[in-house]
Amino acid sequence: MTMLLIGYGNAGRGDDGLGPAFAERISAARLPGCRVEIDYQLAVEHALQVAEAESVLFVDALMGGDAPYRFARVRADRSSDLGSHSLQPEAVLTLAETLYRKTPPAFVLGIAGESFGEVAEGLSATALENLDLAEAFFIDWFAASRSGDAATDVEA
Amino acid sequence: MAEPRLIEISPVTRVEGHGKVTIHLDADNNVDKARLHIVEFRGFERFIRGRLLWEVPVIVQRLCGICPVSHHLAAAKAMDMICGVDELPPTAEKMRRLMHYGQVMQSHVLHFFHLAAPDLLFGFDAPAEKRNIFEIIKEHPELGRRAIAMRKFGQDIIEATAGKKIHGTGAIPGGINRNLPIATRDAFLATMDDMLGWSQDALALARRYTLEHDHLVTEFASFPSNYMSLVREADGALDLYHGRLRAMNATGGPIFDMVDYTRYHEVLVEDVRSYSYMKFPYIREIGPENGWYRVGPLARMNAVDFIDTPLANAALADLRTVTMGSPNNSTLANHWARMIEVVHCVEKIRELLHDPDLQGTDLKATGDRREEGIGVIEAPRGNLIHHYKVDENDQVTYCNLIVSTTHNNEGMNRAVKDVAVKHLSGRDRITEGMLNHVEVAIRAYDPCLSCATHALGQMPLQVELFDCEGALIDSRLRSEQSA
Repeated sequence: MTMLLIGYGNAGRGDDGLGPAFAERISAARLPGCRVEIDYQLAVEHALQVAEAESVLFVDALMGGDAPYRFARVRADRSSDLGSHSLQPEAVLTLAETLYRKTPPAFVLGIAGESFGEVAEGLSATALENLDLAEAFFIDWFAASRSGDAATDVEA
Repeated sequence: MAEPRLIEISPVTRVEGHGKVTIHLDADNNVDKARLHIVEFRGFERFIRGRLLWEVPVIVQRLCGICPVSHHLAAAKAMDMICGVDELPPTAEKMRRLMHYGQVMQSHVLHFFHLAAPDLLFGFDAPAEKRNIFEIIKEHPELGRRAIAMRKFGQDIIEATAGKKIHGTGAIPGGINRNLPIATRDAFLATMDDMLGWSQDALALARRYTLEHDHLVTEFASFPSNYMSLVREADGALDLYHGRLRAMNATGGPIFDMVDYTRYHEVLVEDVRSYSYMKFPYIREIGPENGWYRVGPLARMNAVDFIDTPLANAALADLRTVTMGSPNNSTLANHWARMIEVVHCVEKIRELLHDPDLQGTDLKATGDRREEGIGVIEAPRGNLIHHYKVDENDQVTYCNLIVSTTHNNEGMNRAVKDVAVKHLSGRDRITEGMLNHVEVAIRAYDPCLSCATHALGQMPLQVELFDCEGALIDSRLRSEQSA
């Protein structure tokens, strides 16, 4: 069973690059059964990739909150925000469901950052710590999911 | 008597980044002032200083998650000039053009189907829960699948020419770093008939909407202005990748023509105003009051002499019959113009794919080093200017960018005011549909507000109402409005 992992964000905007940074780490780890995509943001064409996947993980920076990361099941939701050229995970899942009749199990991993909006390369110290924790969590979770023993909602 | 009121819409929905519209009402609920405040991030021009010239075309893609290829190519053209390269090898120029046509096509398709179509098909006053892409695909699923397939086609063209979907490295100072393998070419060619047919269907949809809503299109945010675009040097044809600057007034009269774009600062002035971080460019010889201008798809359709692909050129002639050959001043006609450009891009992509130069191996030229470079292209949203100076160590010492949304700044402000006056004045209640009229006017320009940050937890649309003392008297979130 192959999972599609989409890490998205702008690496030129400080901690907004957490999603791509996470995806690069997982790509380097070469986890069997995990296909990694990196993009600036979610867009309509991601619905096609989602429809072809057996499961999906969306990884984005998280703004606000006390936990280093949040991991949760996410489902199609047609009321999700459509306020920009970019989409939320729920909207991508809704497009996949509506257009292609596919509803793969999907999860979202939000990694907390603290520095957004500035033109800057590199992650803050806090974001790097949270990235380490999220990576360790995901590798364990992914292994557990292979044996059907993985939690679907985690906040750490 | 009612108190004067200030209405805020923040951020503007379905445009990139964050913007805020403030509408000042007087004591009789008539619109006094209306402004679009763009929260443009600052600092990139400073950030780029000290970077090496060869890495600039890659780094500038971080300006925007929506049109990174436009910045990639404009910066590469500026670096060509610094490297003393005035003419690229045919393979390099054609690969760059292929990249650009793929980018413009996919950008226009996204805007039309995803952002504009809900407004156009369901009406500006339709309930918010109806006015979105999900309702479009529920009623027209094949349209939705086509839009995604066209978008993916453009993205695949970008990946094949730039190397990657994001942070592509294809265009390098003096050329390109790859050609197009035959197998890749053939895969694209296999889908060209679909792309061409679907682009014509999209064009027909935009045309039909415009003609069937003639009164609305003519009245809605329609006002005379100057227009500016690159045009092909040899014959004034539409050329999205390269050319000379042409500006015309609202009746089609020339202001300047065939100006070498490296002299842009001689014909344009960048003005600043206290209420916005964005600059307000104007045409120097006309002055700040009346010298503002618009760029983008409709500006290009107004400015060019013709289009060098047959289907798009026929569509241009058709568009021009509406205004009997005069410049089209209707903001909503941008959608029709945008779809003409989609057809043009698909025609150019097909033409290029049949050109054996794409498999050439002469990829890079060299020349005598210069200290200054200027690159200009016609990006999806309009004219885009990149200007750099470098020192003897190849490090950037100066950067000036004029993006399409900046060129259109005054035009968008005028559009907001026009719509606000026509649709909000004299009302004692501001409805969601009325506010959306203002947003529709802004969306027609498809502004990219240069803010690609989109982390989870970001604030949704917020509407705030203030009284004449500046006190907040009402506030709603978009999600509450949609419920």
